[in-house]
Formats: sequence, structure tokens, C-alpha cells
Amino acid sequence: MSLRTEEMTLNMGPQHPSTHGVLRFVIKADGEVMREAIPDVGYLHRSIEKIAEKVGYHGFMPYTDRVDYVCAMFTNQGWGMACERLGGIEVPKRGEYCRVIAAEFNRIASHLLSVGTMGMDIGAMTPFTHAIREREMINDLIEELCGARLTFNYMRIGGVAWDLPPGWREKALAYLDHFDPIWEEYNALISYNKIYVERLANVGVINLQDAIDYNLVGPNLRGCGFKWDIRKDIPYSVYPEFDFEVPVGTGEFGTLGDAMDRYMVRIREMRESSKILRQALKQIPDGPVLAKVPRNFKPKAGECQVRVESARGDMGWYVVSDGSAYPWRVHVRTGSFAAMGMINKLSRGLMIADLVTLIASLDVIAPEIDR
Amino acid sequence: MDALRTYDRVMQRFGDRILEINEKAHDPFMVVEPGAIVEVCRFLRDDPECAMNCLSNEIGVDYKDRIEVVYELYSYPKRYGVTLKVKLPRDNPVVATVETVWKSANWMEREIFDLIGVTFEGHSDLRRILMPEDWPGHPQRKDFVEPMEYHGISTVRESPIIRLEAGKK
Repeated sequence: MSLRTEEMTLNMGPQHPSTHGVLRFVIKADGEVMREAIPDVGYLHRSIEKIAEKVGYHGFMPYTDRVDYVCAMFTNQGWGMACERLGGIEVPKRGEYCRVIAAEFNRIASHLLSVGTMGMDIGAMTPFTHAIREREMINDLIEELCGARLTFNYMRIGGVAWDLPPGWREKALAYLDHFDPIWEEYNALISYNKIYVERLANVGVINLQDAIDYNLVGPNLRGCGFKWDIRKDIPYSVYPEFDFEVPVGTGEFGTLGDAMDRYMVRIREMRESSKILRQALKQIPDGPVLAKVPRNFKPKAGECQVRVESARGDMGWYVVSDGSAYPWRVHVRTGSFAAMGMINKLSRGLMIADLVTLIASLDVIAPEIDR
Repeated sequence: MDALRTYDRVMQRFGDRILEINEKAHDPFMVVEPGAIVEVCRFLRDDPECAMNCLSNEIGVDYKDRIEVVYELYSYPKRYGVTLKVKLPRDNPVVATVETVWKSANWMEREIFDLIGVTFEGHSDLRRILMPEDWPGHPQRKDFVEPMEYHGISTVRESPIIRLEAGKK
């Protein structure tokens, strides 16, 4: 007797608990093995780029939070830097330090969420609660800094809105003292857990050439073993003043560039962020935090590109000014958009259950894809 | 190598198919004849001096009198980037796809097609990406007017502030 198999078309999402936002896939599968998964995005499209053309330079800052609400500090910073470059504004040193401190805390928070949901997506609920516990403390710290826990609107064109509140520095250092040993807990709980490693190792292997061809950025690119970090390689802000490492994938558990490598890069980056934070909190100079920027900010006609290393990698801002108080065109190129473009290729031959692992390991955030 | 020297190198090779080199912009750019964009891109990718192995960004901009497609290229081995532009007529913007040179162009060109309305010839999968399939027009065009409703769903609502102020009287 010969068994007959046939292709089956499945729908996954948009309201699926493990798709990290509103994402939809049309999966063509043969039994448990996928022939391909076609991503269908756009469910979270809020035309943020178009809004920018209507609200002006200062007014757009709160909207940038919504581009990527898991690491909103970086979108704030990208927009701020683009406007400063167009207008030729110098940010005061203390302002830059405040930016770096806020952004690196945000990076830890974002990676914690990624690590936590990674566990949850493959069926381990406990790591999520552990990760969220530490993330809550960062949210509390940032709330004290700017009044918000998710959509920060902390930065302004020319610096940051508020200086560090009294006593905040000590609280931040106390948190880091608490966080560094806790970091080992994640490794003990999940990173070196046999079941966890089995689910992640050798899944969704990306080779470096494809990664560059598809424009993968950030931890996804570094997971392929390529040492590339905008903070080091195209330095901006005050990052050259800090001493930190750029962790890369090593293939220690399976193949170079698999899901486990991307996960380990994130785990290790948290420790590097903690290192940067300690130096920044120690070295922060006195002075103003916000440059004098006219309320009616009208940069000269022209265009500029800015690249920021967000938690999801190189975020590229392209801003065109026509000399008026409203930007002519704003475009954000985000890491998740590129990563989603690659999923169709990566999904071929993968098990359906591993698709969830793949999405989680690429750390895709839906609002960042759709903007 | 840096951006300006690369532009000179491309100029020598392609001559009058390069329309303009702007050195004064924040990020110096080069305007290429639309018909030559794929050749120029392939040259920049394969030339060992430039080695532009990554298309890091592709953007469409509507300037009311023309449409520009901006290509931001980056070379990881040589650690620098260049910017190319093509200028297209507004009523029928068509340009060849660079998807054959870099895969990342696939989704970025779909986005430009969707929001600006540029047709990329030779693209393998030119569908709308962010807007619904049956959406009228291209929202990032400057003359785009949002329809009042979509499948019976209103796209406007009364401002709550106006309602509050009406209540005061």
C-alpha cells in the first residue's frame, strides 16, 4: 500500500498568541513540514510616516514611540539625531549621557522581553515570569525618569526632556548590582537547559551571506558570527567613550547562525549594556541636558540619513526637509521589516512548531514592521 | 575608498548615464539614469574596490513634480556607504527592480509600490504589503485624499474636543 500525501494550506494569525503582535502567515505544509510560510503584514499599519508630515518636527516625537513600543528610546533617539543633523544642533554632553543611559536600560528591558517570550513560545512559562520581574524594575526606573513605562517620549530635539531625578543614579546602580548576578539565573534556568537547547539549536540556520543579502541587522546578524554593531562601527552619541564587547554567535550548541546563537547574543548583550551603564553612570558630567532649539524649528532644505543601533538592530531614519516647519518625508527602515522579509526563505523545510521558534529568535515586533 | 571617490569611479565607467553628483548634501548622492540603475548597482556590488554587498535602505519620495527612489548601499567589507537616486516622472513611474542584485529589495520595493506607486519591472512578487489589496491610490503621494469610508467603515470621526465644547454652551 502506498501512502499519499498532499499539500495543506493553513492560516496562522493574525490573532495568534505567539506571533509577537498582529502577524499573519499562510502556511503551505506537507504534514508537519512546511513547504513555505508566506508572511502577510500590515495589520498594524498606522501610517506613522505620513503623520510626521502633518505634525511637525517637535510634535512627531511622541509618535516615534509607537514605531517600536518595546524599545521606544531608540526610535526617540533616531528621530532626535536626524533632526539635529538637519538643523546642525549640538546636544550637550550631559544630554547625550542621559540618552545613552535611558537607551541602554531600554535595551536590557527589550532583550528581557525577547528572552522571556522566547521561552514562552516554545512552551516554558516560568522563564517569562522571571524575565518580566526584572523588566518591571527597569520600567519603574524609567517611569521615574520620564513618567511613562512604555511610550516614553523622553528625548527632545537637542537633548532630553528632563535631567536625572535626585537619587536616581544610586537607584540605577543598585538595580545593576541586583541584575548582574540575576543574569546567571537566566543561564541556569533556560540557556543551558537541555530541553531548551534541543528546541533552539540547529533551527532556522542563517548563513552570513544570506543575512547580509537580506539586510538582517543587529543581534540577528551578529548571531551569524559577524561582529558588527553600529555603536562600535559607525559610532554615534558618546558610545566611543565606553569600553564594551560585541558578542557574536559561536555555534556552541549546534550550527553557526541558528536560533540558539541569536538567543545567546541577546543574553550576552544584556551584560554588555550593564557594563556601559555602569561607566555612563560613573562618568556623567554636569551641565544642561537640552540645547536651545527654536520652538518653530525649521531646518534648511535637504535630506539626511541616520543609523541607530536599536535593540532589534540598525534602525535607519531618512528625513527630507523642504525648509518649512513640517518634514517633507520621513522613512524608518527597521530590523523587523528585513527579518520578516526573510521568513519565507527560512521556513522552507521547517516543522510548523519551529516557525514560532524562528519568529521569536528573530525578535520580530509587529508594529515595527508595519509602522 | 569613500563615497565621493566611488562616485568618480562610477562616473568614469558609466559616463553620461550618471546625471548628477551632489557633494554638498549631508550624505553626498549620485543621480543615475533610470535605465542604468541595475547595471550601476551590479557594478558597485561586484567591483572588489567597492563591494557594496548590502542594500540597507530603499525609499520612495514624492516631490510633487517628480518621484525619487533612493537607494542606500552599504559595504560591510569596506565599511562605507553610498547613496544612489533615480528620478522618475510622476504620472507613470517605472524602474527596473534591483531584487536581482540584493534580495532585501523585494520587500522594500513592495512597500514603495504600495505607498508611492512606483512600478518595479521584473519584480517577482509586486503586491501591496502594508495597505489592503483593494485600497484606492497610494497614501504617501502628496495629492492622496483619504476616502471617507472603507467597506462601510468610516475613516473619520467627530473630534471629542468639539463635542466637549458644544456641551459647554
